[in-house]
Amino acid sequence: MRVVIVGHVDHGKSTLVGRLFHDTGQLPDGKLEAIEEMCRRRGMPFEWAFLMDSLKAERDQGITIDTSQIWFRHDAREYVLIDAPGHREFIRNMVTGASNADAALLMIDADQGVRRQSRHHMYLLQLLGVREVAVAVNKMDLVDYDEARFRAIETEYRKYLVGIGITPRQIIPISAREGDNVATASSKMDWYKGPTILATLPQFEHPASAAAQPLRLPLQDVYKFDERRILAGRIESGTLNVGDELIFSPSNRTARVESIESWNTNGPATAASAGESIGITLDEQIFVERGEIASHEMDAPIESDVFHARIFWLAETPLEVGTAYELKIGPKRVDAVIEKIERIIDIDALSDHDATRVARDEIAEVVIRTSQLVAFDDHDNLPHTGRIIIVDRHLILGGGVISQGIYPDQRQAITVRGTNLTEVDHRVDPARRVARNRHKPGVLWFTGLSGAGKSTLAMALEQRLFDKGYQVYVLDGDNVRTGLNANLGFSPEDRAENIRRVGEVAALLADAGLIVITAFISPYRADRERAREAAGDTFHEVFIDADVATCESRDPKGLYKRARAGDIKEFTGISAPYEAPTNPDINVDTSGRGIEECVDDLVVYVTENFSTTR
Amino acid sequence: MDRLDILESRSVYILREAYACARPLAMLWSIGKDSNVVLWLARKAFFGKVPFPAVQLDTGMELDEVYAYRDQYTKEWDLDLIVIDCPPESEMDPSLPPMTRAAARKSAGLANLLKDGGYKGIFVGIRRDEEATRAKERVFSPRATDGAWEFRDQPAEFWDQFTTDAPENAHLRIHPLLHWTEIDIWRYSQRENIPINPLYFSQDGKRYRSLGEKNITAPIDSDASTIDEIIEELETTQEPERAGRLMDTEAEDSFERLRTAGYM
Repeated sequence: MRVVIVGHVDHGKSTLVGRLFHDTGQLPDGKLEAIEEMCRRRGMPFEWAFLMDSLKAERDQGITIDTSQIWFRHDAREYVLIDAPGHREFIRNMVTGASNADAALLMIDADQGVRRQSRHHMYLLQLLGVREVAVAVNKMDLVDYDEARFRAIETEYRKYLVGIGITPRQIIPISAREGDNVATASSKMDWYKGPTILATLPQFEHPASAAAQPLRLPLQDVYKFDERRILAGRIESGTLNVGDELIFSPSNRTARVESIESWNTNGPATAASAGESIGITLDEQIFVERGEIASHEMDAPIESDVFHARIFWLAETPLEVGTAYELKIGPKRVDAVIEKIERIIDIDALSDHDATRVARDEIAEVVIRTSQLVAFDDHDNLPHTGRIIIVDRHLILGGGVISQGIYPDQRQAITVRGTNLTEVDHRVDPARRVARNRHKPGVLWFTGLSGAGKSTLAMALEQRLFDKGYQVYVLDGDNVRTGLNANLGFSPEDRAENIRRVGEVAALLADAGLIVITAFISPYRADRERAREAAGDTFHEVFIDADVATCESRDPKGLYKRARAGDIKEFTGISAPYEAPTNPDINVDTSGRGIEECVDDLVVYVTENFSTTR
Repeated sequence: MDRLDILESRSVYILREAYACARPLAMLWSIGKDSNVVLWLARKAFFGKVPFPAVQLDTGMELDEVYAYRDQYTKEWDLDLIVIDCPPESEMDPSLPPMTRAAARKSAGLANLLKDGGYKGIFVGIRRDEEATRAKERVFSPRATDGAWEFRDQPAEFWDQFTTDAPENAHLRIHPLLHWTEIDIWRYSQRENIPINPLYFSQDGKRYRSLGEKNITAPIDSDASTIDEIIEELETTQEPERAGRLMDTEAEDSFERLRTAGYM
């Protein structure tokens, strides 16, 4: 059981560890004398903290600089006590110590009360995944072992813990220096009936095994030391059996487990589960590489290039929107930008505020966009594959936990289900269609907020172009949903599928020689990029540009009103994001301009780009 | 998974991360019980093969049994052995206490290895429970080429995400055994049948608990002549493991000075 001791600087963390060792008779021979000698030489009273503060600089300054670990045995159970520094300066070292812990003991100085790091540390522990917690209100000797003082701190801090979803095992009044309620019950606080620190340790429970969860095997490497081609990695959750069909994400290649390889064991294993570092061979030599996640096909991870994360920032230089970083999800590395900072979380008040940067030690919710599709999980479901770290060259700058939120899983959209497909060629050459129609084909992909004018402009443009002799057709949101896409709802995945189908139909119609105008909000860049891929060179992104206030004042379908009232969840622009085009082929600003004026712009654009008779 | 399985799995994970990210690699083989376990874990991680050289920093002062063990298992385990002759004591920092100065020869040998070998990563079999400054180590610890340890400014390390890239002109010390204890080493050696140097077993009431050069290491009083007896002894002893390593306690900060200057 690994227990990290955390809390504000000088609230007595290192002292408690020294005291625990002494009171349970576990100080190594000569250690007590060595500490006495160090204190004598510095002309100071006996300092328990010197047991853990092993660096000279730490002893000279009387603070813990870096995290340390010490082994401790009690009642046939072995504990690793992890001492974490409490100074604000050394949060990075505190995170390093705490991330390996199964449980935490948080120290609060009875005289000083709840301080910033008392809250900050606990919030970080919660993010790091430590759920087993006890609280020690230390230095009770300085407040005359006063019960009222203890109860006030207990009430205040318990309220904070409830706010971040933690239920402490115990809150214990102690004096580490004097030994009250550390290993033996204090005679000076008979108003306290609960257990001592030592009696609380056995209450901490190990985290439940992840063997029953969905399988996740992130690949560390592929070895070819001999005739075997071995895929190596550690199973982070779930169980794998020889013969299982695996899918590797995000390459989406599949193969069967042929064998589990090992060295110096009692015969080959037929199964392995969470926590085991293993090697496997496959029945087919598919190309997979470090960073991919192997899983079963039924329960595969999410694939996306955009997601939410709650992050903690450790670096001196603030995190800024638009800056490029490298991201690691397990062994996978990918380039990424912070697209948006949604809010900074105020750890003290548990409230939010807006910001454009995240400073050191701050915690924030952000939207991250990666340069390619990556596989991951929602942290609430599978913690190990739901964690990211943010890296700049060799330095780890911060970490975070992923929530997919309202962004769709893109796996469905990129998976080709059919096999044995052979495309056949048309006998009518595209050039002959152009010659007959006297214009080039193409897709005019309108994107913009609800109420920006997409449908209105699309229908007006269709009429004008048709009258000028163009073969033109509009695919409109609501029209498509009553037929082609009648089986789709409004979940993030269904919305993505809706747009995918429209993109494919538009591409087919353009292939038939038509000019296709689509009128869909299509808020996600990834979805529009996929539509562009389907249509190829003939794709034109048209940004129907009007801000939320303008659109809301128009509100032709009364949707904004309903969204504001909470009747419609995840309404684009109100409660769901709209990712504006960064480089549209044409931008049509509709705020303050008449319909005809806007259609004129579009007709000019079409004439210039599509007509062959001009 | 039992305790040893958990320790082994994490070490294998560390070895594989290093092999994927920090090549060229080498491991320091002091030919003691800990670095023997690192070799064993490497064969676990890489399916019987040790895909990097094992380096002995040789002061010429090791006990005969140590050299015999080296020669036998280099052959049996098919190791790529590199022996580095450490510079003489007369070239060491004269302000260090005498035993510490003798130990510093290994840091100097390591510095030469790094200068000539261009290694990105060096495996070292140290453990947190051995000694208090080692308790503050990272699993992947970036060092300047001269080996200096910036203990005031160590990188963050969490969720088994490590500093796997070294900056220019620097290397990574990689510590696959950091989370093991002395008893773990013995239990694992027993379970895996790792050959044990006879110096660890009691002869005439004395045995070596920690192997170092003969000029700066002393055996301890002990009757333990099997692994079971060693484990039993360790479960009750209050003596620190490195009590026989004389340079550790010459001055309050003698070992800290050794380590910040590049010692393992």
